[in-house]
Amino acid sequence: MSQQVHSEETKVSPLYDPKVRGIVFQIVLTCLVVFFIYEAFSNAAENLQKAKIASGFGFWDNIAGFDIGQRLIAYSAESTYGRAFWVGLLNTLLVSSLGIVFATIVGFLIGIGRLSKNRIINFIATLYVEIFRNTPLLLQLLFWYNAVLKALPEVRDSAKLGENIYLNNRGLFMPQPVFGEAWPVVNWAFLIAIGGAIAYRHFARKKQEQTGQQSPVLLVTLGLIIGLPLIAYFLAGQPLSFNIPAATRFNIAGGMQIYPEFVALLVGLVIYTGAFIAEVVRAGIQSVYKGQTEAAYALGLRPGPTLRLVVIPQAMRVIIPPLTSQYLNLTKNSSLAVAVGYPDLVQVFTGTVLNQTGQAVEVVAITMLVYLTISLTTSLLMNWYNARKSLVER
Amino acid sequence: MTNTATPSIAFVRKEPIAPLPPPANTVGVVGWMRENLFSSPLNIVLTVLGILLALWIIPPILKFLIIDAVWSGDNREACLNKPGQAPVGACWAFIRDRFAYTIYGSYPVEDRWRANLFFLMGAIAIFWVLHPRAPQKGWAMIYAFIIVPIVSFILLRGGIFGLAYVETSRWGGLLVTLVVAAVGIVVSLPIGILLALGRRSKLPLVKFFSVMFIEFVRGVPLITVLFMANTMLPLFLPESWSPDKLLRALVGIALFASAYMAEVVRSGLQALPKGQYEGAMAMGLNYSQMMRLIILPQALKIAIPNIVNTYIGLLKDTSLLLIVGIFDFLKAIETARIDPIWAAPTTSATGYAYAAMVYFIMCYGMARYARSMERRLAVADKR
Repeated sequence: MSQQVHSEETKVSPLYDPKVRGIVFQIVLTCLVVFFIYEAFSNAAENLQKAKIASGFGFWDNIAGFDIGQRLIAYSAESTYGRAFWVGLLNTLLVSSLGIVFATIVGFLIGIGRLSKNRIINFIATLYVEIFRNTPLLLQLLFWYNAVLKALPEVRDSAKLGENIYLNNRGLFMPQPVFGEAWPVVNWAFLIAIGGAIAYRHFARKKQEQTGQQSPVLLVTLGLIIGLPLIAYFLAGQPLSFNIPAATRFNIAGGMQIYPEFVALLVGLVIYTGAFIAEVVRAGIQSVYKGQTEAAYALGLRPGPTLRLVVIPQAMRVIIPPLTSQYLNLTKNSSLAVAVGYPDLVQVFTGTVLNQTGQAVEVVAITMLVYLTISLTTSLLMNWYNARKSLVER
Repeated sequence: MTNTATPSIAFVRKEPIAPLPPPANTVGVVGWMRENLFSSPLNIVLTVLGILLALWIIPPILKFLIIDAVWSGDNREACLNKPGQAPVGACWAFIRDRFAYTIYGSYPVEDRWRANLFFLMGAIAIFWVLHPRAPQKGWAMIYAFIIVPIVSFILLRGGIFGLAYVETSRWGGLLVTLVVAAVGIVVSLPIGILLALGRRSKLPLVKFFSVMFIEFVRGVPLITVLFMANTMLPLFLPESWSPDKLLRALVGIALFASAYMAEVVRSGLQALPKGQYEGAMAMGLNYSQMMRLIILPQALKIAIPNIVNTYIGLLKDTSLLLIVGIFDFLKAIETARIDPIWAAPTTSATGYAYAAMVYFIMCYGMARYARSMERRLAVADKR
């Protein structure tokens, strides 16, 4: 009986064959997607022609004709749209990288505070997390910009902080460092110091592995990194002077200006993302099994080294992936700059350039491509790091 | 030598020992403080710093929001600083005057009952769907995901059944925020489920399209998606369609939320043990039966806390609509606070404090719900 069943070819109508069905389904899906894309593009071409909007990337080399307040590279109203793009991109990268550094510090402090046995610290940390996580970032940005920074005194009655620093609602005016010709010497000394510190750490670890003797790594590292550039600075004849801001009646000339838009965006991003990172850190530390701490105590480690050598390395494994997505969120959220007028990529490019050229498709596509590149590169890097650090199972 | 009484006993205590001091108090207020606030030198320093920090931050906020606040008045006069008096705090009179404006925007006054009815239906839907012991969950889903959207659309837009037509440009304030959030919530879940299933599909092209869509949308900021919906959607569609401005933004928000929802659902699908799939297949169920009856109910249950967290993000993200010129709740505050009638030193801060409270109540409520669900699920898994 059973042999008969086995030998019999099971005839299935192609209508019910999962393979055939799968292929047909995929073909239909592809046709639909291609059709939609084709329709969209033909409509776009038609609409653009009707509206007499040029297409293509010819606008890239045209004169922009608008000015940008904060810029890291030379730019003026006579520069091209392409140049404006780079100014915006660099501003985005500046605020994102600073934001990531500060948000990490804030997040780790608050996250550890959330786990503190001290009820007051615990309460403050919890309050912080709940308030800033449960209100929109845009609201926080508008608050910092409009209610806090715009409420600073006018230029005429600038607050004077210390000798040469002025604070008013147009920003913070500080002495600007002017680097002399011999300054590169100091930079080189700094680089050499970093190299030396890395080499010394390597040597100290080797020594500890072989003899068990510990070396004052932190002291030597700090001494090298601070001391060497300092010596170079004095040997090179102090190649640094300051351009000091001078207050006139209606303006402050010279010096270095930190714009309120930048400060509002940075503060908003750091505080908001810090609250999320705090939760990531808390969850990560809590995920380390209690037995690990107890075993470390049983081996005679004190609480500090226990946290540093046993708990944190294991917690990092859990923390890294969500931390990466928080970093990406911060970078993407920096596009809210447009609400406070900080000239980031979106504000400059998707805002002003789009309005002037009207070439929505090209401009929005370029902007999206930039963010996509940043996101995908970061996740690739982090996946690589993650794979290296992840638990190796048998 | 003669006086040796009993040499075998070296020492006999005549008096009882003084009792040891009682152990440190571990109960009551003092004990609690000793254990939680002053257990070590570092802890004492932290406590003192914490109290100082709290004293530095909290009293000025309370002073601003309550003690020095202005509660009534008709225009900016009430909230101006008066010479010889302490500077005024929050200008609540401004919020009282503009309250209806922040809720309905320019929705016609005589038709505002329709918006109220929408709020009521939404509240019933939320309670019915979310409350763990509410009866007839199947009907609740049909009510929340099918009936409420259709009735609300007719109710708010009007134009039939004798309801006056209200164009979407007159909708505003919290009404728009909630409409957008509700549409995002209702649309993103089914699309997210489809995308998640697509991403885990064995069919290479289906997987490819799903991954492309999800990664693309998750890789760009919401604001660029909104810009795209706002400026590019009309280009991509035939000229005769010319979609409404609010509708364009809705498409952007819904697509954005769907991509995030897809990843949340996928994490739920991945958390299910393989035996569930194999068991379902062994029972002879086909793909759609397996997903509908066995896999999705369990996967979605696991994912509930994260789904709610995505909804919180969605609600907060609706505030970005103000950048593309939609009159949402935050935009209503922004418009009201720069109105010269109420121009006073603290108007802006008051407006933002009010907005923060409204958003906080909604988001924190959802977060608490997610946490309680998490706890319920943990209990169910512990058996």
